[in-house]
Amino acid sequence: MRKSVKILSAIAAAAFVSSAANAGTLDDVKAKGFVQCGVSQGLPGFSNPDANGNWTGIDVDLCRAVAAATLGDASKVKYSPLSAKERFTALQSGEVDVLSRNTTWTATRDTALGLNFAGVNYFDGQGFMVRKSLGVKNALELGGASVCTNLGTTTELNVADYFRANKLEYKLVAFEKADEVVAAYDAGRCDVYTTDRSGLAAQRFKLGKPDDHMVLPEVISKEPLGPVVRHGDDQWFDIVKWTLYAMLESEEMGINMGNVDKMKGSDNPGIKRILGVEGDVGKNLGLQPNWAYNIVKQVGNYGESYDRNVGPDTPLMLARGVNNLWNNGGLMYPMPAR
Amino acid sequence: MAQGVSNSNRPAKPPIWNDPVYRALFFQFLVLGGVIALGAYLISNTLDNLARQGIASGFGFLDTTAGFSILMSLIDYSEENTYGRAFFVGLFNTLLVAGIGIFFATIFGFLVGVARLSSNWLLAKMATVYIETLRNIPLLLQIFFWYFGVLRNLPAPRDSAMVMESFFLNNRGLYSPRPVFEDGFALISWAFVAAIVIIIFMAKWAHKRQEKTGQQFHTVYASIGIIIGLPSIAAVIAGFPMSWNYPELTGFNFTGGIVVIPELVSLALALSLYTATFIAEIVRSGIMAVSHGQTEASYALGIKPGVTLRKVVIPQALRVIIPPLTSQYLNLTKNSSLAAAIAYPDLVLVFGGIVLNQTGQAIEVLSITMAVYLTISLLISAFMNWYNNKMALVER
Repeated sequence: MRKSVKILSAIAAAAFVSSAANAGTLDDVKAKGFVQCGVSQGLPGFSNPDANGNWTGIDVDLCRAVAAATLGDASKVKYSPLSAKERFTALQSGEVDVLSRNTTWTATRDTALGLNFAGVNYFDGQGFMVRKSLGVKNALELGGASVCTNLGTTTELNVADYFRANKLEYKLVAFEKADEVVAAYDAGRCDVYTTDRSGLAAQRFKLGKPDDHMVLPEVISKEPLGPVVRHGDDQWFDIVKWTLYAMLESEEMGINMGNVDKMKGSDNPGIKRILGVEGDVGKNLGLQPNWAYNIVKQVGNYGESYDRNVGPDTPLMLARGVNNLWNNGGLMYPMPAR
Repeated sequence: MAQGVSNSNRPAKPPIWNDPVYRALFFQFLVLGGVIALGAYLISNTLDNLARQGIASGFGFLDTTAGFSILMSLIDYSEENTYGRAFFVGLFNTLLVAGIGIFFATIFGFLVGVARLSSNWLLAKMATVYIETLRNIPLLLQIFFWYFGVLRNLPAPRDSAMVMESFFLNNRGLYSPRPVFEDGFALISWAFVAAIVIIIFMAKWAHKRQEKTGQQFHTVYASIGIIIGLPSIAAVIAGFPMSWNYPELTGFNFTGGIVVIPELVSLALALSLYTATFIAEIVRSGIMAVSHGQTEASYALGIKPGVTLRKVVIPQALRVIIPPLTSQYLNLTKNSSLAAAIAYPDLVLVFGGIVLNQTGQAIEVLSITMAVYLTISLLISAFMNWYNNKMALVER
């Protein structure tokens, strides 16, 4: 019921508030002194609260980077945990300033919902997890299976497409919260748990016996996950977009948390521009010249964020793969900061 | 003469702005106009804001292909159907679980309510413990308990519990054989209809005869005989035009037969057990509202305790019971929207959840959903009011 209340209040806001959502989000953020960031209700590696209530994850780092760029302090973020069902309404109504919640970029979401995707911070694809005891080797053997997933996601539609295209029978059991999906799969309600492969790697640790389960080799969809902002505020759209690029660009240039102060004295004009020693990228964005310096100093570059949250040394053990920089054989390609 | 006097004494008609009738009308129109203007402003402002933010609006989405599958459906549905059809799937699932819930909550609530008043100490205490425990635990927790608590202890499909090779119970649901009707089954259906008609006439006849002569007739036994007997005779005549489709384990799951999914069972169970506690208390208060003298008078006339309860106490108690019972039915129906927590595909999950998220048209989807719940509640309310009027004390 609390969910409906949230959505209803959002509708009420749409009815009563005259276009507050279109006002300058940057000015709002500066005035209130923090960035309100929509995150997941707990997905390890992406956005997950630890035992002390501190949020960590690759999506959380993006929120912190936006706060560092706009307010000069990465800790000035307030988090709104949102279910898949609530997330867009929360953003549309202005309840959050930016949605950084492992959200797939699709045409409908980009066009019909009044939203803009500011880039991709994780290239993912949907996969299947099954019990090893089933003896299944690939997804084409899943005919007749019960499949657990989250409702209102692209996952739900992809799995329908996949089973229909391969003429396989299936039963879809869709839950509102990720924790309930995991609990139901663990209780044996379903043979298969499907979501983005990064999600499978993360949620696996919530299962009773993680080692009894395996992820099948198939990747059945493209899931570019990225931060989302509202239509109609181009300045804020630019800020979120270039925050992401700044994290990628600094990795490409070898700037990291440890050496950023030393790099400020570098002779390389590219490094000088991104760190605000030269040029006026910061001014054009409506920010301080040292906006990107703050991001790298306080949050780190993209590679550091990746390794810290989802990389091979974390419990998720996700290889960099397509999320590597373009010059390392990946898809991450920051636009030139000049 | 008196008429003339009063006429001449009446004061002159006041001017229209001082006339209380016109004044009242004027202010009512003013308020009504204000409400309409506010409504119009809200609607146009909403549409304005939606357009400015580039959010799609309108009800055209109902004709768009849905593309998602639904776990359980009472009507034919596949991914190729529209959002509009998905809406009806959700609506019927909501009505189904609410109907089942109301049916069992009523029966169980009446039994427990009477049991709590029983002179049998153990029975009364058990009823008290049941009521005080279940009505004081939040419903959502009870739903989770029945779902996850029971689900975890059920076997996997390959180790299903089995009765006579035709009923199977596992963590995917309860599977039972499905009757397949063949040519000539219509005869049996007609025999069934005929049996019901005969029973109605028989009951009327028995009632009249008892009023006239005082002789009783065993209507219940006769009815059971007719309702089983007639269709059976028809089945023999038609040569048993029916076969059974048995569930079979193929691959991961059973196919064929009828399946009752665990989500439906746990939701219906939690709703009925929870609401039954409230109904039990309503029934108890209703019975206690009937003066004890009525029971004593009935016993003094030599009427048996069972008949006393059925014919003397309960008809009088019903007048107290029905109005609060109506609110419990409404509560149960509205509480069924907690289904979303355990993946039972009711209206809120299918339409207010999946469709809302796939289309992003929150305002349209939620208005429709709210209108549906309002309509269902008003219909239940109207029916119960009608029943209440029928049951009300007829003054002679």
